[in-house]
Amino acid sequence: MAVVLDARDLNKHFGAVTAAMNVSAAIEQDSVVGLIGTNGAGKTTFINMITGYIKPDTGSIVFNGRDITALAPRDITRIGICRSFQIPQLYASLTVFENMMVGLGVVLHNAGLGGFFSRGRPNVPGYDAPAQEVAERILERFGLSDYRDKNAQVLPGGVRKLLDIALTMAAKPSILLLDEPTSGVSAEEKFGMMEMVMAAVKAEGATVLFVEHDMEVVSRFAQRVLAFYDGRIIADAAPEIALADPEVKRYVVGGELHRMDEEQGKANA
Amino acid sequence: MSPDTHRDRTLPILGAVLLAVIVFGPLLPKWALFLLTIALAKGLVSLGLMLQLRAGLVSFGQALYYCIGGYTAGSLGRFFDISDMLLQMICGAFAAAFVALILGFLLARYRGIFYGLLSMALSMILYGLLAKSESLGSTDGINILPSTVFGIRPAQEWVRYVVIVTGCSVAVLATALVHRYLKTPLGRLAPAIKDNEIRVEYMGASVRRAIHVKYVIAAALSGIGGALAATAVGHIDPDMAYWTTSGEFIFIAILAGTRSVVAPFLGAVIFGIIHTTAFDLSPNTWQMTLGISLLLVIVFLPEGLWSLFGRRKAA
Repeated sequence: MAVVLDARDLNKHFGAVTAAMNVSAAIEQDSVVGLIGTNGAGKTTFINMITGYIKPDTGSIVFNGRDITALAPRDITRIGICRSFQIPQLYASLTVFENMMVGLGVVLHNAGLGGFFSRGRPNVPGYDAPAQEVAERILERFGLSDYRDKNAQVLPGGVRKLLDIALTMAAKPSILLLDEPTSGVSAEEKFGMMEMVMAAVKAEGATVLFVEHDMEVVSRFAQRVLAFYDGRIIADAAPEIALADPEVKRYVVGGELHRMDEEQGKANA
Repeated sequence: MSPDTHRDRTLPILGAVLLAVIVFGPLLPKWALFLLTIALAKGLVSLGLMLQLRAGLVSFGQALYYCIGGYTAGSLGRFFDISDMLLQMICGAFAAAFVALILGFLLARYRGIFYGLLSMALSMILYGLLAKSESLGSTDGINILPSTVFGIRPAQEWVRYVVIVTGCSVAVLATALVHRYLKTPLGRLAPAIKDNEIRVEYMGASVRRAIHVKYVIAAALSGIGGALAATAVGHIDPDMAYWTTSGEFIFIAILAGTRSVVAPFLGAVIFGIIHTTAFDLSPNTWQMTLGISLLLVIVFLPEGLWSLFGRRKAA
């Protein structure tokens, strides 16, 4: 499959802290990539660099043959790379439907539609339907129709997560980066939620990168895994291979167990 | 935002107000016409403040553009012998918008108290400059040429009526344009900017640009208001840029709330009534009456006057 996003030798330092060291990854179109690693391993830094929130010290990010390393987040969103957040970023005083309409309004505005002199209800680019219909359709796909007229600030945690991801769909992304989409969601609800998100995202045809700590979720939904440790990618392979990698087992999957074993060993000594 | 569940009556209301001014204007005493004209002028400035308030920004220096509008009108008469009030209002709007376009590059970078105080600082700089400018009358200010409309000077007894009808026509047109703007995606971005700038940027919009646009529109409205007030009063002075003048506009904006483009005008009329009555009854403590009024509004009508007319009346 064709490479749609190519990160090349990304390096990022915050003082003495290395957040990214020679991070390279070529993401293929329509793939689903899981990003794993302990806290501080560099997953979110990787997402932040792709989406323009922070700029790498060195290295480049190429999207469909275009260097996007220096672009601002809004410009990166405009070309089709959208993201959700670990802590949902919503418009708290607006209803769920209004949240969607703000996003779709921006898409219309950027396309030169819905301006001061516009009349009627222009179709949203990529959806071939007016904003209201697109909003209803996206909300339905994410199971949010029942919350349509509720204010975002009163939504339960899982619903807030879903709305945060649904908002990213307004711009019809070709690449979607989901930062811990199931964090804060109960273990029983995780799989159902990911099923819904993946179905909704895939229905619109997007390449997905998602950060996840639950290895069962990663095994089930990712086609490929990038394992981060100490700012580096230590494994880049299919889930069954990556999760069986000794380094990944030691530093990522079994990091917690390994630490507990060490502590137990010290206590016994 | 959502499909309108109620009929938007803003444009009919604006039309009705203009019609009422045209029809009932001749029946009103001159002092009432004067007070209403000033309320129109201050309502325009407060409408500009409302645009900023919707995005979570409070300008403590909107008097800067009110003053620029007024001095543009005054300068047109003093230096170019132009007394046409329509031309004065248009030039006032453009002069204010031009200054805002430049200052907006600075202001749009700031939020919260920094935005408010920086805007106040800029208005006080203008106050200082005008107070020292002898060609513009220094602290005494200058008089405005008697108003004309399309080159015609109305008879003395009709001046107040002509001024308010012309001012009201321009105000209604400007308010209708703002109403239209608020229905565009860029106009609707204001509450989103107030709620979450990060999300707005990650939806693909420039927050800074959106604020800059609102700042320029607000300045243009204030410029019109300043020119109208100058025409009505017949005199301008640096106090138009003083921080207490900005305080009046904030009072009106809080009184009005942010739900409707009509509300700032209603707020300005009520402010005028409270101000005039308080000053008449108690010349030495009228500020206290204003303060108590503001306190009552904040406590009992936290979303402004328009909350009296229904929960979801949109702009």
